[in-house]
Amino acid sequence: MNSQILEPCLVLALLMNFYVLGVSRLNALIKGVAAQGVLLGLMYPVAHQGFLPVVGGPEGSLNAVGWLRLLSLTLVIIGIKGWVIPRLLLRAAAQAESRTTVSSIIGFIPSLLLGAVGTGAVMQFARSLPLTENHHTQFLIPAALATVFVGFLLLVTRREAIGQVLGYVVLENGIFIFGLLLIEVVPLLVELGVVLDLFVGVFVMGITVNHVSRAFPEASSEHLTSLRE
Amino acid sequence: MMLLLILLPIGLAIVALLVPSNRLRPWLVPLAGTLHLGLTAWVVSQGDQWMFGRWLALDPLSRLFICVISLVYFLCSLYAPGYLLTRGERPNRVMCTCLLLFLGLTSLVILSHHLGLMWIAMEATTLSSATGIYFNHNPRSLEATWKYLLIGSVGIAVALLGSFFLAYAMIQAGSESTLLLDELVEHSHKLSLPWLHAAFVLLIVGYGTKMGLAPMHTWKPDAYGEAPGIVGALLAGGMTNCAFLCVLRIYHIAHIAHDDAYANRIMLFFGLFSMATAAVYMARQKDIKRCLAYSSVEHMGMLAFGVGIGGPALTGALLHVLHNAICKVGLFLSAGNIHRAYGSKSTDEVRGVLRRLPVTGTLLLVGFFAVTGAPLFGPFVSEYQIVAGTFSSGNLVLGLVFLALMMLVFLGMGNTLVNCCLGPAPEANETSRFRDHFSMVAPAMICMALTLYLGLQTPQFLADSVADATAFLARAPD
Repeated sequence: MNSQILEPCLVLALLMNFYVLGVSRLNALIKGVAAQGVLLGLMYPVAHQGFLPVVGGPEGSLNAVGWLRLLSLTLVIIGIKGWVIPRLLLRAAAQAESRTTVSSIIGFIPSLLLGAVGTGAVMQFARSLPLTENHHTQFLIPAALATVFVGFLLLVTRREAIGQVLGYVVLENGIFIFGLLLIEVVPLLVELGVVLDLFVGVFVMGITVNHVSRAFPEASSEHLTSLRE
Repeated sequence: MMLLLILLPIGLAIVALLVPSNRLRPWLVPLAGTLHLGLTAWVVSQGDQWMFGRWLALDPLSRLFICVISLVYFLCSLYAPGYLLTRGERPNRVMCTCLLLFLGLTSLVILSHHLGLMWIAMEATTLSSATGIYFNHNPRSLEATWKYLLIGSVGIAVALLGSFFLAYAMIQAGSESTLLLDELVEHSHKLSLPWLHAAFVLLIVGYGTKMGLAPMHTWKPDAYGEAPGIVGALLAGGMTNCAFLCVLRIYHIAHIAHDDAYANRIMLFFGLFSMATAAVYMARQKDIKRCLAYSSVEHMGMLAFGVGIGGPALTGALLHVLHNAICKVGLFLSAGNIHRAYGSKSTDEVRGVLRRLPVTGTLLLVGFFAVTGAPLFGPFVSEYQIVAGTFSSGNLVLGLVFLALMMLVFLGMGNTLVNCCLGPAPEANETSRFRDHFSMVAPAMICMALTLYLGLQTPQFLADSVADATAFLARAPD
C-alpha cells in the first residue's frame, strides 16, 4: 500500500533533480532543493509505516511514544531541510548582491543531459546489485543513487559557492533516500544527529559564503584559486 | 568515567564561551588537556568497558587511540596560551571553544562503537576544526577553510552512504540489520559480498578523505598551510588519526568477513599512491607548512600500507600512529613559530632560522630527521617494523618501492626544511620582533624529547597496548 505512495514521491524527487540541474536563478534553485527536502521529510513517516519487510521486526506497530518521536523527527527534518537551510542560503545569496543566478562550468543543457545519462546508468548499476526479494520492485535504491549522482554533478559543475553548497545538500538528500531502506536500523537519535550535522554544516558553509562574498564580491568559488602548487 | 572523557572538554567549551576575558580564556585549553590526559590514564587502566548498550566502548583499539589523542592534545594545549596571547589582536572566544569541542568530539569518535554515532562525531570534528583554520581571517585562510569544509563534508557524506551500504549488506544476508560495530563484526561472515565491497570502498574513500589519503588529500596542503601551527598540529596528530581509526574499524569488519585480499589491495593502493603523491609534491616545495602537510599525506599512506601488508607491518603501523603524531606536533608547532617570526612560510623569505630562532630551528631540523626515519628516533622504529614486515611477508617489490618513496620524500623535505634553517637570516624584511620564547618552544621540545625516548626504547605499556590492538585486529575469523 505504502509503496503506492512512495514510488510516485520518488519519481517526483527524481524530477526535482532535473529541475535543480536546469534552473539558473539562484532563488529558484534554493527553493527547488528545499522542496525536495520537504518531500523527503514527508516520505519519512510513510516509509516508517510497515513499508519495508523488516526482518524479525514488528511491522508498523508503533505505540504513542513512538508516534510522538516519529512525528517530531519528521517535523525536525522538514523544518531543517525545508525552512532553516533555505533561509540561511537565501540570506547568504541576498548578501552576495551582485549575483542572482548561478552558472555552470559545462552549461545547463549539457548538465541536464549528463544528469539524464547518469541517472540511467545508475539505474542500470542498481539492477546489478543483489537486492532483497522484496526490494526488487522498489525504486528506492536507484532513486537514492541517482540523487547522489546529481548532487555530485552540481558540486563539481556549479561555479558559485552557494551552488556547491546546494550540491552538497542534494547529495545528502540522496543518502537520506537510501536511509529510508534502513529505517528500522538507523535509530532516531542517529537520524537526528545526521540532520543536525547537515544543518550545522550548511550553517558554517553559509557563514563562509558570506565571508567569501565580502572578500571576493562575485562570490564565485572560481576566485578561490590562490592556493595551488 | 569514560563518558567524562567526552563531557569534560564539552563542558569546558561552554565555560570558554562564557568567560569574558581574552587573556584568561586560553588557559582553559591546557586545563582541559591536562585533566583529559589524567582521566585517560585512569580510564585506560580500568580495562575494557561498555556503555549505553555498547554504543560507547573502550576496546584495545580505542585504548591505544585515546592515549595517542590525549597526549597529542596535551602537548598542543601547552602551546595554546602562549600563541593566543601573542595573537592578542584577534578575539579567541570561538577559537578556544572550538579547540575544546575538538577534544570532546575526537574522544567521541574514538569511543563510539556505532557507525552512525562515529559518523556524526567525525563530521562534527570537521566543523569544529574549520573555525581554527579560518583564525587568521584573510582571503587565503578563507579559501583553505572553504575547501576543507566542502571536501571534508562531501567525503564524510560518502562515508555515511558506505555505512548504510554495510547495514544493507546485513539485510541482504537475511540477518537483522544493525550499525553497531560489535554486531557487524560478529555477523560479518554472513554479509553479502557485493554490498560489502561497495561499502568498503565508499567508507575508505570517505574516511580516507579525512585521513588525507591521496587522491582525496587536496584539502590538506591548503588547510595545514593556512591554519595556525597549533591547528595544523591538532589536525595532523589528532583528526587524521581518528579517521585512521574509523578506517581500521571498517578493515576489521572486512577481515572477519574473510575479505582480506580485497581490503588489503585497496589499502596498499591508497598507501603507495599517497606516498608517491607526497614525494612528487614535496620536490621543490617552497612552503614549509605545505611541505609538512605532504609529509602527513605520506605518513597516512604508510599507515594504510602497513595495514595492507598485515602481520608485523600492522604492529608497526599502529606504533607509527603515536610516533608520527608526536613528531608532527613538534614540527607544526615549530613551523608556527617560524611563520610568526618571518611573517611568511615560503623559503624565499624564510632563511637562517637557526640564527634568528636557534631553538625552533634546531627543533625543526631534529623533527625533520625524526619524521623521515633517521635512526635514534621513534618513527625509525615503527617504519623499520613496517619495512621488515613487508620483506618478511615476501613482498620484496613492495618493500623496495616503499623504501624508494621514503628516500624521495627525504630528499624533497630536506631541500625545503634544511635550506630555510641554514644560511644568514635576512635583514631587509624584518617583519616581526618574535623570538624564541619558552612557552612557545617548550611543547615542541617535549615532543622531540619524547620522540628520542621512544626511539631508544619502547615502554612496556605501549608495547603491550600495541600488541593488544594488533591481536584484536588480526583475530582469526571464525
